[in-house]
Amino acid sequence: MDMIKDKTIVGLTIGFAAVAILGVFVMPDWLLSQTVIAFARALAVLGLLVLWRTGLVSFGHALYFGLGAYTVAMLGRYFGISEVLITLPAATLVAGGIGFVLGFVIRRYREIFFAMLNLAFSMVLFGILVKTESLGSTDGFSVEQPTLFGIGTDTASNKLVVMYVGICVVGWLAAVLVHRYLQSVLGSLSTAVRDNEIRVEYLGYSVAEAIHGKYVMSAALTGLGGGFMAIALGQVDPESMVNWTVSGELVFVTILSGPGSVAAPFIGSLIFELLRTYATEILPQGWQLIVGGTLLLIIFFLPGGVWSIISKAMGRKEAEP
Amino acid sequence: MNLALTILVDGLGYASYLFIVSLGLTIIFGVLKILNVAHGAFYAWGAYLCAFLVGQFSTMGVSDIGTMIAIPIAALTVGIVLGSMIERTIIKNLYGRDEVLIVLATFGLFLVLEDIILLVFGVDPYFAYQPTYAMPGFLIGGIYQDGYKLSMIVLSLVVGIASWAVLNRTHWGKLVSAIIFDNDLAIAMGINVRRVFYVVFVAGAVLGALGGAYIAPTISVAPGFGIEVIVLSFAVVVIGGMGSIVGAAIGALMVGILRAYAVLQWPEIELFVVYAVMAAVLIFRPEGLFAPAKARKI
Repeated sequence: MDMIKDKTIVGLTIGFAAVAILGVFVMPDWLLSQTVIAFARALAVLGLLVLWRTGLVSFGHALYFGLGAYTVAMLGRYFGISEVLITLPAATLVAGGIGFVLGFVIRRYREIFFAMLNLAFSMVLFGILVKTESLGSTDGFSVEQPTLFGIGTDTASNKLVVMYVGICVVGWLAAVLVHRYLQSVLGSLSTAVRDNEIRVEYLGYSVAEAIHGKYVMSAALTGLGGGFMAIALGQVDPESMVNWTVSGELVFVTILSGPGSVAAPFIGSLIFELLRTYATEILPQGWQLIVGGTLLLIIFFLPGGVWSIISKAMGRKEAEP
Repeated sequence: MNLALTILVDGLGYASYLFIVSLGLTIIFGVLKILNVAHGAFYAWGAYLCAFLVGQFSTMGVSDIGTMIAIPIAALTVGIVLGSMIERTIIKNLYGRDEVLIVLATFGLFLVLEDIILLVFGVDPYFAYQPTYAMPGFLIGGIYQDGYKLSMIVLSLVVGIASWAVLNRTHWGKLVSAIIFDNDLAIAMGINVRRVFYVVFVAGAVLGALGGAYIAPTISVAPGFGIEVIVLSFAVVVIGGMGSIVGAAIGALMVGILRAYAVLQWPEIELFVVYAVMAAVLIFRPEGLFAPAKARKI
C-alpha cells in the first residue's frame, strides 16, 4: 500500500480536513447546512461519475436516492431506529441491493436505452410512493431526530456541526475508496469499456460484469447520499427525492463537476447549491432559469466541467473525460 | 358493459392528447435522433398561450365556439416562434454531439423555458373553459359524454392520418425517409439535411404545443404541469417504439386505456402501471412493441 505516495489521496485528505476544520471554527451556520446538503448530493454524483467514466449516464438515479432517503425515514418511523450508524449503512445496503438485482437487466443496455430504463424504474417507485397513503403520499413524512452512538441532541447548531463533520468524514472515505477503485484493474476497465467493448471482451474481461459492478457501486453511493439528505432535510417526499427532475439534477451536477477527479463532485455540488441559493434570492421565480442557463453554458463552453478549470490552473494535463 | 365503455371513452380521450404530444416527440427523435426534454415546455407554452388567448377573446365578446380559434393560433405561434428560436440557437449547434449530452442540453432548455412561463404569465393558474361549453354532449350507450373530449379524439385521428400522409405520400416525406434511412447518403444526394431537420423540429414543436393548447380548456393551467407530460410521453414513445408514428399511436392507446382503467378501478396503481409497462417493454423489446426490429422508420 503506497497510499502516502498517491497525490490524489493526500490531496483529498488535506482538502477534506481543511474543509472540516474551517467549517467547525469559521463558517457561518447557513453555509454549514448548505455544505451538508451539497456533500450529500455529491455522494450520489460520485456514484454517477463511476458510471460516466464508462460512458453511461442514468436518468433514473433518483430511484436509489429515494430508496436511501425512505430507508432512513422508514427505519425511524416503523422500528424507532434513528441511530445513524445503523440507518445510513442500511440506506446504502438497500440501494445497493436493489441496484444489484436490477443490474442484471440494466447491464445489457447502453446509451439512451440505459438512460430510459433507469428512468422507467425510478418512475415506478415514484408512482408507488405518490399513491401510498401510509407513507404520506405526495406530502411524504418527517424523519426522526437522528442519534449518533445513541446520543441525540435538541440543539440545532450542535446537530449541524456533528452532521457536517460526519459528511466530511464519509465524503472523504467515499472519495478515497472510489479513487482506489478507479486505479485498480477493474476500475481502469471503465475507460476501456467506454472506448471499445469488444476489445475488452477479447482481453478476457466480462463487460457485463464490469458494468454491473459499477452500477451496484453507484447505486449504493447514491443511496448513502439520499440517506444523508433525508437526515439533513428532516423530511422525505416523492417530489423532491424520487421524481425524474431529481435524476436530472444529479446528472446536471455530474456534468457541472466534470469527470476529471473524485474531488470534482464535492466542488461541483457546492457550486450548484450556492448557485441555486443565490439564484433563488435574485429571481425567486426564476432560479431554474439561471440553473438551466448555466447547464447550457457548461455544455457549450466547458465540456470538462469546473474540474477542468482547476486542473488547468494547477498546470496538469487534462484528465480523460 | 357501461364501465367498459366509460374506460374506453376516457382512455381514448386521454390517449388522444398524449398521442399528439408524443407524435411531436417521436418525429423529432426519429429524424434528428434527439430526445427532446424541452418538448414538455412546448406543451406548457401552448397551454398557457391558449388559455391566455381564450380569456382575452372571451372578454372581447367572442362566442364560446369562436374562442376555439385560440387553439391553432397558440399551437402555431409557440411551435413556429419558440421552435425556430431553439433550433437556430441551441439544437443546431448540437447535431453530432453525444446523444446523452443533447438530452441534458434540452433538460437545461426545459428548466429555462418553464421559468420564462412564470415570468411571462405569472404564478396564478389560468382557466379557459369556454371552448368546452361550445361543444354539445352526446349520449353513448346511455352515458353522457363530453363533446370536447370526443372532438379531441377526432383531432388526434386527423393529425395522425395527416402526418402519415405527409410522410408517405409527399416529396417532403420522401426526403425525411431518406434522411432517416441514411443521413450521410442523403447529404451526398444533395438533400439539404439541415433544412429538413429545422422543419421537422418546428413541426414537432407545433404538435407539442397543439397537445397543450387543446388540453388547456379542460384543466387549470398551473405552473409545473409540463413536468408530468414529459415522462408520460417518453413512456408512450418507448412503449410504441422510438421514432414510429404507429408506435406512438399504439403507445398512447395503451397508456390511455391503462390509466383510465386504473383511475376508475384501482387508483393506487395509476402511475405505477404506466411506468411498469414502460420498463417491461424496454426489458423485453427495447426497440418498442410494434416497431420492426432495428429499422428506425417513420
